[in-house]
Parts: sequence; C-alpha cells; structure tokens
Amino acid sequence: MRYSYFPGCSALGTGRAYVESLHAILDVLDVELAELDDWNCCGATAWPSVDGVKAVALSARNLALAEAQTPGDAPVDVVSSCAGCYRALMKADRTMREGGEVAERVGGALDSIGLSYEGRTRVRHPLDVLVNDVGVERISAKVVRPLSGLTIACYYGCLLVRPYAAFDDIYDPVSMDRLMQAAGAESVDWPLKTRCCGGSCYCGGPMIGAMPEATLKLSYTLLREAKRRGADAVATVCPLCQFNLEGFQDRMEREFGDRLDLATGFATQFLGVALGLDERTLGIHRMLRWLPRRPSVAEGAHAGA
Amino acid sequence: MRPFGSFRRWRSVKDQSKFEAYLDPGFASEIATIPGGEKLQQCIQCGTCTAVCPMSAYMDYTPRRMIAMTRAGCRDDVLGSLAIWVCTSCYSCTVECPKRIPITEIMHGLRQMAVEEDRYPRRFTTPVMAQAFVEMIERRGRSTESWISVKLYLRTNPWLLVKNAAIALRLIRRGRLGFGRESVRDPGELKAFLAATERPAAVRSSVERVRQPTEAVA
Amino acid sequence: MPAPELASTPSSNGKVKIGVYVCHCGLNIAGKVDVSSVVEFASTLPDVAVARDYKFMCSDPGQELIEQDLRDGLVNRVVVASCSPLMHEATFRKATEKGGQSQFYFQMASIREHVSWVTADGDHATEKAKALVAAAVRRVALHEYLEPRRAEVLPDVMVVGAGIAGIHAALTLADAGKHVYLVERETTIGGHMAKFDKTFPTLDCSACILTPKMSAVRSHPNITLWTYSDVVGVEGFTGDFTVRVRHRPRYVREDLCTGCLECIEQCIHKKGKFDDEWNEGLSKRKPIYIPFPQATPAVVVVDPETCIWFKTGKCPQTCIEACERDAFDFEQTETFDEVKVGAIVLATGFKTFDASKMPEYGYGLYPNVYTSLELERLLNAAGPTGGVVELRDGSKPKVIGIIHCVGSRDAKHNLWCSKVCCMYSLKLAHMVKERTGAEVYNFYIDMRTPGKGYEEFYDKILREGVHMVRGRVAGVSDEAASPEEEGHLVIRAEDTLIGSVRRIPVDMVVLAVGLEPQPDAQDVRRLFNISCGGEGWFTERHPKLAPVSTFTDGVFLAGTCQGPKDIPDTVAQAGAAAAEAMAMIDRGFMMLEANTAHIDDEACSGCKTCVGLCPFNAISFDEERKKASVNEVLCKGCGVCVGACPSGAAQQHLFTDEEIFSEIEGVLAYV
Repeated sequence: MRYSYFPGCSALGTGRAYVESLHAILDVLDVELAELDDWNCCGATAWPSVDGVKAVALSARNLALAEAQTPGDAPVDVVSSCAGCYRALMKADRTMREGGEVAERVGGALDSIGLSYEGRTRVRHPLDVLVNDVGVERISAKVVRPLSGLTIACYYGCLLVRPYAAFDDIYDPVSMDRLMQAAGAESVDWPLKTRCCGGSCYCGGPMIGAMPEATLKLSYTLLREAKRRGADAVATVCPLCQFNLEGFQDRMEREFGDRLDLATGFATQFLGVALGLDERTLGIHRMLRWLPRRPSVAEGAHAGA
Repeated sequence: MRPFGSFRRWRSVKDQSKFEAYLDPGFASEIATIPGGEKLQQCIQCGTCTAVCPMSAYMDYTPRRMIAMTRAGCRDDVLGSLAIWVCTSCYSCTVECPKRIPITEIMHGLRQMAVEEDRYPRRFTTPVMAQAFVEMIERRGRSTESWISVKLYLRTNPWLLVKNAAIALRLIRRGRLGFGRESVRDPGELKAFLAATERPAAVRSSVERVRQPTEAVA
Repeated sequence: MPAPELASTPSSNGKVKIGVYVCHCGLNIAGKVDVSSVVEFASTLPDVAVARDYKFMCSDPGQELIEQDLRDGLVNRVVVASCSPLMHEATFRKATEKGGQSQFYFQMASIREHVSWVTADGDHATEKAKALVAAAVRRVALHEYLEPRRAEVLPDVMVVGAGIAGIHAALTLADAGKHVYLVERETTIGGHMAKFDKTFPTLDCSACILTPKMSAVRSHPNITLWTYSDVVGVEGFTGDFTVRVRHRPRYVREDLCTGCLECIEQCIHKKGKFDDEWNEGLSKRKPIYIPFPQATPAVVVVDPETCIWFKTGKCPQTCIEACERDAFDFEQTETFDEVKVGAIVLATGFKTFDASKMPEYGYGLYPNVYTSLELERLLNAAGPTGGVVELRDGSKPKVIGIIHCVGSRDAKHNLWCSKVCCMYSLKLAHMVKERTGAEVYNFYIDMRTPGKGYEEFYDKILREGVHMVRGRVAGVSDEAASPEEEGHLVIRAEDTLIGSVRRIPVDMVVLAVGLEPQPDAQDVRRLFNISCGGEGWFTERHPKLAPVSTFTDGVFLAGTCQGPKDIPDTVAQAGAAAAEAMAMIDRGFMMLEANTAHIDDEACSGCKTCVGLCPFNAISFDEERKKASVNEVLCKGCGVCVGACPSGAAQQHLFTDEEIFSEIEGVLAYV
C-alpha cells in the first residue's frame, strides 16, 4: 500500500514524534508514505479568519500537487496526520467538488501556476488507513509486546470527526479505541472523546497565551475525566492536542491542585511499543512524560521483550 | 457583586436600548453571502450552540446571542466582540445545530469582516496570531512554530517570552522546537498564486474539470 | 334533485354557440392578467357568441350570468377561464345544467393556478391566458352529450386502527346504525391512550375515560372487532371496496376464552422472562400473556417466538390443563376474511421518535434516561411498578430533568413540532412531582400551549414550582465537573433567558420524544391508494376545508396518521371522519365522471392488448366476434386502454382524440 503524505507544519516541530512513530509503525505494516513534494501550509484555522478564499486555495494547492505527482486516473489518497490539516484539506476538497464562486477563483489561480484539481484525491487520516485499509486483525497479528495492564483514554479531539465524520462516528468515534485494544491495552469509554482541548490550531492554547485560564481548564477537564475513569494514559492523534495535554500538565496540576500524572502520547507511539519497536524509533525520547514511571505498566510493556 | 455599591458602577449606567437608527438592517444579508450563511435567518434561538461550545463561558456574547445580534443588525457589537475571537473552531455548534446553521463558518466570516474593517481587539492573541500566521505563510509557504510564537509574544505580551522559556527549553532539548525557517521551494510563486485568487473567476477554470467523487464520501 | 329537461343536442338548429366567461378572482387573476384583453380576444374566436368578464364568476351573480345567457339561447356551450377544475368545475357544470344544457357542455381554462399565480410577467400571463382560452374554446365545440353515471355506495364501513381515533369513529358510525368492521393490528384495542396514566389538561384518568369506550366497542352489535389482524388487500373503488383482512393466530380461541388468566398463572415459566412490549420493556412477561387487565378483547395470546412448545415441541402444556373452557388451539394458522364496504376510515396512528437516534442524550447508554412513554408506564397503576416512580435500581429520584423536543424541530431528525410534547411534559412534571416530591426541571425551546385550558394548566405547573429552563439540551452525560455532580447525570443547556450555560445534575432524565408517522405508512398509503407527504403523514384533501377526506373518494382520515395531534383534536377529527363517511353512505350513491372508455367495433382488430391492461377488469373479449368491449359500469376512465390500443379503436368520453387534438391545436394556433 502506498499513500501520498502531507506532514503539515507541526511535523517539523512539536509533532515530530508523531511523524516518526507513524512512519515506524506503517513500515512494520508494509504501508509506504511518500511525502508530497513542495507542500505548503494547509491554512489551518488562522487563514479562514482572515481570508476564506485563500484558506481554501492553500489546501487546494496541496491536493492539486498530489494529483500532479500521481499520474493516471486512479484515486489519490493523501494521508494527513494532523487533525487541523485534515479538516482544512477536507474542506478544500468539498469546496472544489461542490463548485461555486470560491471554487472558480481557486481553480483559476491553480491554472495560473500550471496546476489543476480534478477531484480524484481522497483525504485520509492515519486512523482511517490503519482501521479500514490495514485492518485491526492484521495489526493485532503483528503485536509482540501487548500493552496488558495499561488503560488508555483515547482522545480524538475536534477536527477529526467534525464537521466531516468521514470514517468514524461523530459522537462516539471508536477507531482509535479499536487500535489500542488491538495493542493489548484497555480503552476507556468516556464522553469527552471529541470535546475541545483548548489548544486548537493556533487559536487558543496556553502556549499562545490567549485566555490561559480558559484553555487550561478545557484541557484539565479532559484529563481529570480520563483519570476519573481509570486511565493511565491518554492517546491522541493530533500534534496540537498532544502538546497541549502534555506540555501544560504541570501547570494544570499546580493550578487546580490535582495530581494527574497521565502519560499523553500519540496513538502511533503506543501502537509502536506493542509492535515491538524501540523507543527511539518511536520518538519517545522526545516526550515530556511517558509510561515507565509506572512500574506495573512498565512490566506489562516489557513482558514480551 | 454590589452593582450599585461603588461610585464607578452607577456612574456608568447608560441607556442600553437598541435604537433602530443605530442598527444595520443589511448586516445579516452580508453574512448570508457565506455559503450556508443565509441559514442564520432560520435560527430558533434554542441555545444548543452555546451549550456545546467549550468556550461560550468565556465569551462576552454567547454564540446564540451572536446570531440574534447579527440578525438584528447589531453590527458594531458583533464585529467588536471578543466572542468571535474566543471561538476555537471546534465545529461542535455546526454539527449540533438543529437548524444546520454553519455557525463556525459564520464566526470565520465575522472575523474576516472585523479584520477588513480593522476593529479586532489589538492585544488579544487570536487575531494577532492569525495575522502573524498569515504573514508568515504569505512569505514562506510554511510556518515555524518557534518564530510564530516569538512574533506573537512581541506583539501582544512580551512577558510570555520569559514565562514560556522553561517549557520552550525542554522542547528544544528534545528536538521539538527548532529555529530553522521552513519554506516551500518557490515562495514567490506561492505568493503569486495566492494573489491570483483575488481575480474574479475565469470563464474556463479547472473547476469544470472536477469530476464527481468516485466513492460516496460520508 | 329533479333533473331539468336537458337538450340532447347543443341547440335546436345544431349550431355551436360558445360563451366565454373570464373571472377576475378579485386580484388573483386580474392583478396579473389583462382580463379585458382576454375577453376581447375570446370574442374573435370561431363559434364564440358571447364573451364576458366578472369579478367572481363563482359567486351567485357570476353563475347567473352563465345561466341567463343559456336560457336566452345566446349560447349553448360554456368556457369559464378561472381557477382550477378541482376548485370549481362542479360549480360551473351545475350552472350549465341549470341553464338547460348538459353539464358536459362545459370546459374550464385554468388561468389562475396555471397562469397568474405562476407567471412573473403580466404580459406573458395575458398571452398564456389567451392561449388556454383558445384551447378550451376549440375543445368545447366538440363536446358530446353524455349522461352522468351513478354508482351505488355500500352501507358498511371499515375502520382501520383502534386507538382512540378508530374507537370513536367506529362507535359514532355504529351508533348511527352502520355496520363497522374495526381492524386492529395489536392484540388489544386502545392504542397509545391506553398506556397513559392521566391526560392533560384536566388530569382525567386515561383508563377511566377510555375503557368504557373500549367495552362499548366490544359489546356493540354493529361492530365486528378484529384484533391481531391487518388489512392485506384493498380492491374496488369509491362506494364499493373489497377489503381483505388477515387474522394472525393467537393460539387461543377468542370465542371461548373468558380472560380468567388462569393459564398465565400455570405457565411452565414461573416468572416473566421476556420484555413486555406493552410496558416499553420495563417489565417481563411470560410467553402467554395479556397486555393489561382491561385489554379488549380480554383474550390471552401465545407468543410462538418465546413459547417452549413452539420452540422445542417439549412442554407439559400446563396452560392447556389450566383452561376450563378448552380454548387453546395450538394448530391455529392465519385466516383471512374478505368484506365489502362503502367507505374506509384510516386511523392508523403514530409511533414515538426513537431516542437512541440522538446519542447525545444517552438513551440506552445510561439506565436512568427514560422516554416519556416509559415514564407514562411507570406512573400507571397497571404499569411495571404499580404506579411508583423509581429508578432501575429501585431508588427514588430526587431531581428529574424533562427534555422537550426530542427528535422534533430538528433538521437532523424531524422538522415538525410534535404539538403534544409541551403539554404532556407539563403533565409528567406535575405527576412526578406529586408522586415523588422531586425537583423537576423542564428544558424547552418554546412553550406551546394553545388549546382550551392549556395555558391555565401551564400556569398551574409554574405555581407548583416546576423549574422551566429555556434552552435546548446539548447533552446528557455522567461526566462530573464538580463533587456535586458525582454519581448524577448532568444535563447541559444554555439557559437562554439568562444567557449562560447551566449544568444541572439530576437522577432521572425524561426524553419528551416526538410523534412520527408509523414506519409502514408508505405501505399503508399504497394499499389504500391515498397520498402522503415525504415524511409519511397521510395527506388530507385540503388542509383547511377538507381535513378528513383524501384524494381517494370514500377513504377518510382520523387522528394522528394525518399529523401530530392531541386527544381532543383526535376525537374531534374521528367524529368528523365518521360523519363524512356517513353522509356518503346515507346518500346511497355517488355521481361519477362520464369519462368511460368504449371500443369502436369497426376499428377493433381483436389484438386483446387492452384486455390484460385494464386494472378494473372492465374489458371482456368476445371470442366469436374477435372484438373487445368495455363494461362501462366497471370502467373507471383511467385511459390505459385508450393509450395502448394500436388501432385507435379504444376511445374515451371527454377525452376523444378530436377533443384532445383540437385543444392542442388551440394552444398552438395561438402561440
């Protein structure tokens, strides 16, 4: 299986471990990701705040590049690992397919740089690929170090299922839960799977400094509820959510006087551990908090090693 | 807690009537130009948007009130509100609205108008961030988190440079925060491409060649 | 009405003299169409003797214009350019007849529905009106003398569905001496109303007012009650329907069972084991059961899906032993009845919205989230808890939240307001407060309490201290944001009147589910050949002026199958449906359109194409002469044979080839 890959800007920074672990596990599962050549920023949610047409144009250029770099008539699957980019690319795809003034203006601009968007691209998310293309059964067959004894709360965030619930349930997505279960972990059933963490795509987040009290509380609400339901760790699939929940956990603990101590990693990292990959390949050395602090979990994680 | 207990509070009491003369009856139809924006006329003020909104508690006007005010033509209040910048674009309201009003898109539309009319809150991070971000993409085609943050702090609250230094250091040590500037191969071409979207639609554009999706996308 | 002496030919000297009458319809037509220019144009058309316009042709003076011209011998054919045939064709035909000519010497040009209402430009509209008038003039000149036909109306009536609507319609008809076949698909009559404990706004006990009517149905000499039965076929036409009804086996003979319930006691299952549908699954029943004590008929039923005898063939059959009347018959199979009736009243009711379609409200996920119908059963003395409101773990709720508009006013589910939920939610609030002393919160979008005594009831509930929060609930979850929320369900809504989000921890959530058409509404609609909207509510003939009749003569609507309504409205509509059915039956006949088909013997080639196509079996074939012929008594004038006949031998009155072609020529000649 071969996919076009759109890393997105955060892949080069805070989300590095996500990209590394994604590549690592897909390698094991015989999936090839070919990075889109000369990709540009998706527009995030900052661009729609300033110029709605250019926001679509930025993502449409990436989709058009994917088509140009994959000759033929076959559908082109573009994997986008960042949830923010995923939404932006989906939106561009929809806008271009539906037609209308925005689509026409963007189409004209694409023409001017010798590109076009035919609409044969399908925007995919790694969870979508793992669950629907690779298959949970094939993944569990490759698990060598099951994460037994580990309870994970899967946090999907906003933009993975909203507004486009393309591959999972809009209220109760389960794809990540199925992967974590395949990895041998237990997954928590909780109602905040898709509640906003506050770190959303450059619009808030304590790092940015917009309403730190509010955004911190949103993240804390998530972690507190995960902990209340017995989670040892929170798995995410968005670089922004992950950084938000991990980087500011100390501050949450201080501000709300509550000991959380939750490992917050990428689902791909947890899966990678179960597939027997070493920590460095999975970028675990880049994390600020990780599992081995918990002896019981560490035992489980190393049981098969 | 004691609204009239202090001199300041009762001195600031003023007429809060919304006189028709101060309202802009065409405001709602401006918003209606956003795809789906005309649906805001169908709002039944049920408050679902507010209740699902993770940030509504921190808004000066709840999303439901924003719709009502837009419909009533309270242009100044709406475009000058903090609420449009507090929105995190999580799309909960859009998904849950029983009238299928694309509220997130309307919020984005209001932001664009506020930026165009230059009346966003100057030191509030979200609009400043959005503009810093846009500038960077226009120049280089890709963003670099580190430089965005530095730019933002300098424009809003330089104290954050110090406050976030510790966490930044931890990230740098783990290779998660770099200062190398990312870029597309030909930033000039990208700039021209973006500028080209400002031209009115060409007669024959690539849109006409867009095929129907081969598979139904949910 | 004594038939006036009619001229059998257009006029004594055979010359066609057409009168054209153009209606202004106030400004409905005249506001767009230049009426005087249409009149001027009409007067130039061949055979037109008189052309006039009038403000309202349908008014008495308007009709008088036509009659007078006919009586004066100025005209002998009539064209009225006005609204639509559906609206006023009968009016003007009658006027033509009163003027002394055959009613079929009339043709209508629809220049309101087809022209003024749907054309933006006035000049276009005027030209279009002229074209339609030209067409009508050409056509009416060719109209032939026809006798109107009469069809007998059979005296019996079928009522389908025996909820309160069907019961009331059946009793009304039966009391008037009509014989009624009342068909109910469930094992008992009573419908949703039998499940309620009390009814708004008077708080009458539902059973107390319903069960007397149920037993009246059972004992009425003019009612044949068929429960556990459904209609599987409808044939025939207005006034003469043949309805086929299937009776499903109860495995207990209805004529022998006395409802002593001894068999249920003696069933090999010592305790109920299967979800009791009547109690919305809140209690368990045995394979042999009766839905509730006053079920009518009071006859037990065996569920073959769960009965051990049916599943394994091995059971001591203690039930049979217990029966003193030998009422059991495990060999029973489906049986069928076929009856002929003159009219049909459909009262097939509604279903409630499936709350699990809104996962955000946690129905099916959290045990303490109930639907309103479930709460009705909990409140009912004959319900699963004997009328005690308790949660599934047996504890008493201290705080209860009632969520309005579940599935209603929602573009993702049902767009309509279900009309009854505001009021029944208030009723439920009152009752649970009375029974448990709990704090009750009602979450509403808009309170809708129009109806006699309804607003007063709302006022009473407010005085009782029920909390009213104006805001649609966004979600119910067990996420605890504070210690007070631990162990509770939290309802999240914007209190829109305050302008803030509220999180209210409750012990019990009640979902005021809306009303929906029955899932098989489309099948029923096809069976009875009536129409329904896309959502599935049956369509009445006119939303204001013909609310209980349908576009199929002889089929009437009663109750919620036509749209959401409460009990008073349902009963009123059922009475109206019964009265309209009665009016038709008591008249004894129906006047039918004279548009039957006939076959020209000379032209018929004997190919038999038409014979098989006729949906009414009205065409027979004479094997000796090799000719087809139409029985005009059976012919409904559908025109299938006319369209299919390869040699043009099949022709239809009022739609002869010449008439249709000349009409087309009329339009085209003008264009």
